Amino acid sequence: MKDLAENSGQPPGAAPNAPPAIELRGISKAFGPVQANKDISLKVAKGAIHGIIGENGAGKSTLMSILYGFYKADRGEILINGKPTEIPDSQAAIAAGIGMVFQHFKLVENFTVLENVVLGAEEGALLRPTLAKARKHLTEIAEEYEMNVDPDALIEEIGVGQQQRVEILKSLYRHADILILDEPTGVLTPAEADHLFRILRGLRDEGKTIILITHKLREIMEVTDTVSVMRRGEMTATVKTAETSPEQLAELMVGRKVLLRVDKKPAQPGKTILKVEDLRVVDDDKVERLKGVSFEVRAGEILGIAGVSGNGQSELLEVLGGMMPATGRVEINGEAIDLTGKHSDGRSRRKRGIAHVPEDRQAEGLIMDFAAWENVAFGYQWDPAYNKGWLMDNAGIREDTAGKMERFDVRPPHAHLAAKSFSGGNQQKIVLAREIERNPDLLLVGQPTRGVDIGAIEFIHQRIIELRDAGKAILLVSVELDEIMGMSDRIAVMFDGRIMGERLPGETNEGELGLLMAGVTSGEGKA
Amino acid sequence: MDFSTLIQILDSTMRLATPLLLACLAGLFSERSGIFDIGLEAKMLISAFFSAAVAYDTGSVWLGLLAGIAASMVFAAIHGVASITFRGNQLISGVALNFLASGMTVLIAQNWFQQGGRTPSLLGKARFEPLTLPFADALSDVPVLGPIYSELLSGHSILVYVALLAVPATYWVLYRTRFGLRLRAVGENPAAVDTAGVSVIGLRYAAVAIAGLLCGIAGAYLATGLQAGFVKDMTAGRGYIALAALIFAKWRPWYALSACLLFGLLQALALRTDVVEAIFPFRMPVQLLDSLPYILTVVILAGFVGKAIPPRAGGQPYVKER
Amino acid sequence: MMDVMPRWADVVLVPLISLILAFGISALVILGIGKDPVEAVKLMVTGAFGSTYGWGYTLFYATNFIFTGLAFAVASHASMFNIGSEGQATLGGLGVALVCLALPWPHWAIALPAAMIGGALFGAAWAFLPAWLQAKRGSHIVITTIMFNFIGAAVLNYMLVNVMRPEGSMDPASAKFPAGTNLPTLHDILAPFGIEFSSAAPANISFLIALLACFLVWLMLWRTRFGFELRAFGRSESAAVYAGISPAKIIIVAMLISGGLSGLMAINNVMGEAERLVLNSVEGAGFIGIAVALMGRNHPVGVALAAILFGFLYQGGAELALWMSIPRELIVVIQGLVILFTGALDNMVRMPIERVFLMMRRNAKAGE
Repeated sequence: MKDLAENSGQPPGAAPNAPPAIELRGISKAFGPVQANKDISLKVAKGAIHGIIGENGAGKSTLMSILYGFYKADRGEILINGKPTEIPDSQAAIAAGIGMVFQHFKLVENFTVLENVVLGAEEGALLRPTLAKARKHLTEIAEEYEMNVDPDALIEEIGVGQQQRVEILKSLYRHADILILDEPTGVLTPAEADHLFRILRGLRDEGKTIILITHKLREIMEVTDTVSVMRRGEMTATVKTAETSPEQLAELMVGRKVLLRVDKKPAQPGKTILKVEDLRVVDDDKVERLKGVSFEVRAGEILGIAGVSGNGQSELLEVLGGMMPATGRVEINGEAIDLTGKHSDGRSRRKRGIAHVPEDRQAEGLIMDFAAWENVAFGYQWDPAYNKGWLMDNAGIREDTAGKMERFDVRPPHAHLAAKSFSGGNQQKIVLAREIERNPDLLLVGQPTRGVDIGAIEFIHQRIIELRDAGKAILLVSVELDEIMGMSDRIAVMFDGRIMGERLPGETNEGELGLLMAGVTSGEGKA
Repeated sequence: MDFSTLIQILDSTMRLATPLLLACLAGLFSERSGIFDIGLEAKMLISAFFSAAVAYDTGSVWLGLLAGIAASMVFAAIHGVASITFRGNQLISGVALNFLASGMTVLIAQNWFQQGGRTPSLLGKARFEPLTLPFADALSDVPVLGPIYSELLSGHSILVYVALLAVPATYWVLYRTRFGLRLRAVGENPAAVDTAGVSVIGLRYAAVAIAGLLCGIAGAYLATGLQAGFVKDMTAGRGYIALAALIFAKWRPWYALSACLLFGLLQALALRTDVVEAIFPFRMPVQLLDSLPYILTVVILAGFVGKAIPPRAGGQPYVKER
Repeated sequence: MMDVMPRWADVVLVPLISLILAFGISALVILGIGKDPVEAVKLMVTGAFGSTYGWGYTLFYATNFIFTGLAFAVASHASMFNIGSEGQATLGGLGVALVCLALPWPHWAIALPAAMIGGALFGAAWAFLPAWLQAKRGSHIVITTIMFNFIGAAVLNYMLVNVMRPEGSMDPASAKFPAGTNLPTLHDILAPFGIEFSSAAPANISFLIALLACFLVWLMLWRTRFGFELRAFGRSESAAVYAGISPAKIIIVAMLISGGLSGLMAINNVMGEAERLVLNSVEGAGFIGIAVALMGRNHPVGVALAAILFGFLYQGGAELALWMSIPRELIVVIQGLVILFTGALDNMVRMPIERVFLMMRRNAKAGE
């Protein structure tokens, strides 16, 4: 480990000789044959915001889960405020003053905010007195840190931003001095993220220590005092944020120089391939998810849909991919497609020349227990090329798979391996190979690089752009603003089931898009 | 149908509803904690046998009750080990236990008593005697209310009253105590409980143990209260009816009481074909009456009469995830 | 992520150890009731395999279990826990009986296909409503199929007592089937080949049909588009929707096939053996199907082998009851233990074995 800052990030307020709030010594953890953490050492000063950055699968979350007692380290030592501390379970972590906000919130949906905050930290065996006391305490904390929530609201009825506050309040209610946040901004608009960062700075100024896990360089630069970089289970560096740059961090993350920009020629748009008019979706809970969406995608261009997750982008992809009924009008090559009836499913969409790389490859794009070759036929099992009479042509499919794996550089190139045996990037390549090699008129792509290592990201981006250059229409949905800015020829921003506006990547910036993502239309007007 | 027949039928409803109610509340605790339990039948059956056998041997129904509870808790523990510790399939574990109980009881009964897989009949102190509530005799002559008190409410074995009291007790535990809050939470989202520093495994074992206790009482009541001794497969599907009642009640204690009383009434009516013939203008097949609890449950499950939403984490073993 | 264990360990070693544990405890149970387990095993083996008479019963029981095991396996592949085989087989019996009694059948070769259709249709029909409710209204199939087991028993009871009972008979059973529906036994089938097979044992041509069903189920699951879609849906419903596979269609068709297979069992026990319809003719075979499918890892070959194992237990158990005065319920206990260890306690066996393989791999790596 190269420690670029030995006295890493003594914040202005901290006592000069105080022991670090957290010290990890030689932490190692393996899951079966996979070494998730290798001999990791780390010091975080009291009263600092410390970032941990790394690619997906670099071991950040595992490390923090060890600190929170969720997993037990195979080797190594944890010191809290200079004192060796055993953390066998979450209870011990809470007792040691550690709180954690997980990426996927750990809240009981049909409980109230108050009940969730109290759960596990009740003061007596009876509920009523406990809840009454807690209500008072919670109001005080909420006021102190300006995090207003209704204590009697049910979790399932409040937004994700509010839910996140409940998670933070839960930790503060338990008197946490050290707060770990795992990818906290994934579900937030830029404005909400800014608010979160203000709260975090406020907490730091109160003397709390904060660890922020993220894969977004921008957030690291914006809010942290010090930052550690992880790569493949190892801690590769710890530096002061003020003394580093995004380029240096990216290089430390990947282990080589990285192009942060996507290389592509200007688009040559042709005729309209996809035309969407007044698309509306009401989900099972009678909530309107799409509220009249209209746009077009032409041959040879990439339309990027930006937005915070949960604003209707997933539903848009699912409707176009035939996974969900809708009202409105959708045309492919000038012909309307069925949105509700018998022919509204993934199969008929595929037959109309629509290929779909879904947002969640593990839950949708692949059958994780199926072999790679079965996954290559998945969704196209009806294709005459994959069948011989009544039966499926398994040998033919295997042969086809071998070719696809070679052309898309899937490693290891073994068609018989189950999808779950491949890394995230290679799983995504299998999906892309299957969908792109169909040579579709329209490719729907959701979160193409989520959970994919940087090397594979470049490859995947290249393949999508090649398809565009071959004159195909591409609809790209991503919550990564950088990806949208880099890949798209036009950008549409979605908020609350509507398209707030379209911009050209050369004529806009992250600030403007961020406002649109929060529902604020540009100029003087408000949403 | 005259008033005294009505009282008789309601009286037998109370008795027949008791094992259903106890088993239903057992299922409620277990399923509220996220552990499906189709082995209610097994726990009742094994308890029925051991309570009868021990009551017969010792001449004490109370020792019989303890033995029944202990046997039921052993089965609950096996279910816990399989579905909590080893994260096995809860349905399969339940099916296995149902077989085990059905076979073991007859096997041991034959080995101990050589009476074709049953226990000898229980007499005297080896059975639960009816309790007479205060003033029951004095009030029996009061019109309408008298018979209701002295015949319907009074004169049941103590376990009937235990079952009735178990309803408010369950409500209180579930909604008024810390344990109840955690129990409901663990059935909805065990990760929330785990990250809050509470043991998911501990809570679920506690719930499964309570289910064992309640099924133990239910089984003991069957063999030493409702009937006088154990006979092969004497639970006769009551565990499944209790499960049906649990769905009918949408996993809530007071509704469980009404559901079990309804199903108890259907069972009571099925025993009185004369009354059934008098009530219905057409010939009501007794088989239809027998299967009404099941048919009603299917109707409920179909969602035509309100939707029954089970605890969200039900049936899934808890695996830590980030 | 890599598979920790080689495939053979998963398919053979784990079930084998589970089985040994279940049998070990069964031996303790036999000891517990004061009998000699070694003698019991000897008696069971000779009783079940020592004569063609024994084989005839073993295969007769196995035939039932193959049908119900396949039924559970097919539903399992679609992630449906069909605990309703018992009721579906009961109704299948009704279907077979109605067909057999409907006409004065001239020859079994004509009656059998008709009876198969009757049994399968009734069994499938009994699975349809739970399947439809699961597919369209999300009603939990486990509970609905349990309920349908009880309702099915009541229907059969009603039919036998009120409708099908011959006049004057007090017995809740149908009339004897006409002679033209009597199926050839293995004795009849093997005799032309000069093979001597007991004529007293009930094993009949249904056994061969069960084996054929194994092959067809295998072909359906692993070689047809529908089987591909069924297995895909069973592994991941969300992915199936993405791929344009209709969940409702898979659930309903899979359950119809499952119910149909359960119903087909009746050609063996009702048409092949009893030759009339009686109460409780299924005798728990529907539930044993769960154990058989679990043991057989939901694969038709495994199902056939496990069914023969359970057939052995049933026949051997009958011998124990006869010669050692051990109640037949011992078999129910063994059955429960087998389900417990191969099904619910799978991880208890699997986890230590995985650890051993992991250690072996580490050591192998260290040695390189």
